[in-house]
Amino acid sequence: MLKPFNNIGIGVAFSPTLKANINEASRLSLFFNCKLILIHVGEQSREKERNLENILEPFIEKNLIYELVFKTGDPVDVILSTTDKKEIDLLILGAVQRENFLKYYVGSIARKITRQAKCSVLLLIKPAVDRIPCEHIVVNGLQDPKTKKTITSAFYVGKKLGAKRLTVVEEIGQKQVAVKVDDYKSLRKATIVKERLSMREDTRVKQIIEDIPEEYKENISIKTQPIFGKRGYSIGHYAQVARADLLVMNAANKTTFWDRLFPHDIEHILTELPTDVLIIQ
Amino acid sequence: MSPQKNNIKQFFKDLSQNIFSGFVVSLIALPLGLGLAMASDAPAISGIITAVIGGILVSILGGSYVTITGPGNGLVGVLLVAITTLGLNNAYAAIICSGALLIILGFLRLGKLADFFPSSAIQGMLAAIGLIILGKQFHIMIGRKIVKNNTVDYLAEIPYAIESIFYFKNMGQTYAAFAGLLSLAIMVLYPKIRNKYLQLLPAPMWIVLLSIGFSYYYEIIIQQPNPIDPNYMISGIPGINEIIAQLPSINFGKVGEFSFWTSVFALTLIASIESLLSIKAVDKLDAQKRRSNVNKDLKALGLATLGSGFLGGLNVVTVIARSSVNVNNGATNRSANFFHAIFLIIFIVLFSTQLTRIPLSALMAILVFTGYKLASPDVVKRIFSIGQEQLIIFFVTLFFTLGVGLITGIAIGVLTTLIIHIIMNKSLGLFVRNLLKPNVLMFKEEENGSNYYVSVKHFCSFLNFYKLKEKLNDVPEDKDIIVDFSLCEFVDHTVMENLNNYQDLFAKRGGNFEVIGLDMHGTDSEHPFALRRILPIPSLLKNLTKRQTTIEELSNDFSLKYSAENDKNISFLQGFLFFKTKQIDHIYNKLSSKNESINLFDIEFSEGEFIAKEVVRTTMLHIELEEEICTFTLDREGFLERIYSFAGFKDIPIQNHSDFSKRFYLLGEDSAAIKEFFTDDLVHFFESNPYYHVESNGCSLLLFGKERLASVKEIKALFDFGKRLKKVVTN
Repeated sequence: MLKPFNNIGIGVAFSPTLKANINEASRLSLFFNCKLILIHVGEQSREKERNLENILEPFIEKNLIYELVFKTGDPVDVILSTTDKKEIDLLILGAVQRENFLKYYVGSIARKITRQAKCSVLLLIKPAVDRIPCEHIVVNGLQDPKTKKTITSAFYVGKKLGAKRLTVVEEIGQKQVAVKVDDYKSLRKATIVKERLSMREDTRVKQIIEDIPEEYKENISIKTQPIFGKRGYSIGHYAQVARADLLVMNAANKTTFWDRLFPHDIEHILTELPTDVLIIQ
Repeated sequence: MSPQKNNIKQFFKDLSQNIFSGFVVSLIALPLGLGLAMASDAPAISGIITAVIGGILVSILGGSYVTITGPGNGLVGVLLVAITTLGLNNAYAAIICSGALLIILGFLRLGKLADFFPSSAIQGMLAAIGLIILGKQFHIMIGRKIVKNNTVDYLAEIPYAIESIFYFKNMGQTYAAFAGLLSLAIMVLYPKIRNKYLQLLPAPMWIVLLSIGFSYYYEIIIQQPNPIDPNYMISGIPGINEIIAQLPSINFGKVGEFSFWTSVFALTLIASIESLLSIKAVDKLDAQKRRSNVNKDLKALGLATLGSGFLGGLNVVTVIARSSVNVNNGATNRSANFFHAIFLIIFIVLFSTQLTRIPLSALMAILVFTGYKLASPDVVKRIFSIGQEQLIIFFVTLFFTLGVGLITGIAIGVLTTLIIHIIMNKSLGLFVRNLLKPNVLMFKEEENGSNYYVSVKHFCSFLNFYKLKEKLNDVPEDKDIIVDFSLCEFVDHTVMENLNNYQDLFAKRGGNFEVIGLDMHGTDSEHPFALRRILPIPSLLKNLTKRQTTIEELSNDFSLKYSAENDKNISFLQGFLFFKTKQIDHIYNKLSSKNESINLFDIEFSEGEFIAKEVVRTTMLHIELEEEICTFTLDREGFLERIYSFAGFKDIPIQNHSDFSKRFYLLGEDSAAIKEFFTDDLVHFFESNPYYHVESNGCSLLLFGKERLASVKEIKALFDFGKRLKKVVTN
């Protein structure tokens, strides 16, 4: 299988989470054997460079290849254009934590970038200076052409990060069930339809898993879980309940004005990040 | 097609039972129909027309099974307003329009409409309707027809009315008052006297029979005119041919007026709420555990109302009192409703003249009793016990319904509830941000049997209960379901009450419905339905959740000690590898055996620190052993993540038990001792029982299932497993 990521990009601002963000990005670059590109929106200065290099030092010792990019302008434009120019295929963004307990929201800049980026995006809700092991990965198993790539990438990431458990969640929308539960007769019918749908989804996902190279499936317990709920939102809720460390999702197909008014799929996840989220383009 | 045939066979087999049940119901429906119609200022016969049309149409087209339809108590208040403001012929037009609206509601599948009203507001509205009925009819009951502007005036007049009984100049009035009070006494005392001959007929029918008998006694035996004032007798019961000949002329003249449409909306709203609540309540009584199709029923009720309006009847609703009588008399299907209509027709055909012998005051006594039941002090007491805030909602709704009108009353009730919720949570954002989010997740947990697991986030109140309800309705009632509120900050009274209904329903139908994650939510009262929210400071008041009380009961059954308090004494857990990387905060809901050698508890611990901190609550079992054993960790194969922190250990294979080795992951330092310790008996024990995580620290064992709180059923299973494991280990 091809390496899904070659260049990892991260936008850096000199905030209190700077060290944690850079540490996470550097660790991932080493795990994935990638080049790390640090993008700072602002003037270049010797002091800033030294500051960054100080943080990067322990990773440089481990042969991290990195590049610093300084550019002024609108943060969203700068990061997106640099992503294109430097052929970044995984962009790491720190998400803003809201005061309210256990709730994480993506800031407006990160949100805009996530919507417009043409590469995969990793949203970190709790970047840590020292590594927290990633144990449980939840990945979507939607019926979508992109899903195969997403699941494969999830296995790749799982392998590289040493995850122990991977759950493929098949979200089945209410519309697919097509039987409205009115009384005990339709309830029986709906239960049967759901059972059948779950089986069908399960076979579909199992086929995708079948095609994944064996080396990625070693030492990881694979589970499939059908859930019935709102697409995009329920999987986040599930990730929270199942205490996943990483949620891997398909990128949205298109975002129009309507999607923002009536959020669906990825937009739901952005308003309420359950855990770290990786969006595969 | 054999099941179909069986159905028909069964239908005929049950027919006699249903005919009997329909007959008994018709005995109550007759006086109630006359009374409710007269209380609404409509012709007495219109109540019977309503019941007949409703019974026939809904029994053929409806989606419920053992309900009875006819004129409803709730509608009296609205109909009274409609008839006084619009006039009778325009009111019929309003009834027809509301029937059409009900059909539309049915097609839009708005059977969930009743879920959007907070239950205390509905209680307040019903109490107001009760007072409207009581206030007006009380005066007629004691033979004193008066006309006042509104209900409050009627109520204020009651003390003077009672006083004036003793000064009636007209003896006819005194007799009327006597008949009324005697009837009221029958209504009040009837349920308290258990006598099989007395219980043959329902109380309202006794009143009817006694008054007709009284009238014949005077006519035939003493040969004197009936002493009761003719003004206080039921008048104008037309014969069947007159009813057919004199259809009312319906007047759509006021369709353009605002008051017309407020009446239509009020009629539709109350008719649908009353019907939906009744259907829900009756479904709980159904011996055959069927679930009604409320939307289909709404359509049928709408059509029946439409027809009833054209023929000079009132709104058709599903009525709880008559339906429960129906169930109690052994009705099994909708034909009972049909026969109740048929018997009503027979009564009118045969006895329409006899009905004029019933004193009005006696009939109104039945209504006064109904009104009192709706607004009785018991209702207020019950609501107060749930919480003071519920009482505020109740009274605000009550006063606005009485003072302004039904629609305004219920609207203000909803608004008050919302404001109280916002104040109690000190957050508007909680509701605004999360209102439209699909906050309910449901899936089937495949491990350890297959129960449904529902997790609710953010808040759950009357505003978004329909989302939870939709999910709960998708679960067959004979299955196991666990509803987890640990991610939910606020749960209101309406939801608690509804969950309790589900609990009853599941229990009756062989399922199991459990609510977890509420133990750390605080309340302001001790009632099980009190609203619950996460409090910054633990409430001083001790209000155990249903789960906690069930655990407490469990402890009594198994003669264990139970303590719900937080316990910080957790040193006994420190030796376990599982907790090496975790910070234990406290244990609570502790169940312990007499000698404290087996302890079961909920535990709160955290992983990680600061922003990476995750708080986990789960249920564990700790067994103290008398002898030292080897240390080991046993879990199902594939769930190694729990012991991540001491990777480097290898799975220890047990000889001759390849299946055990394949299914379980066994870790430990001293593999020789472990191999010796895992005897055939122990291996067989683990193989033949459900999976648990089992850990030994040398002198005690730690067991747990999932990384979430266990339901009471799971607690029992875990406890039993632990006891048996201890026996196997010590042997």
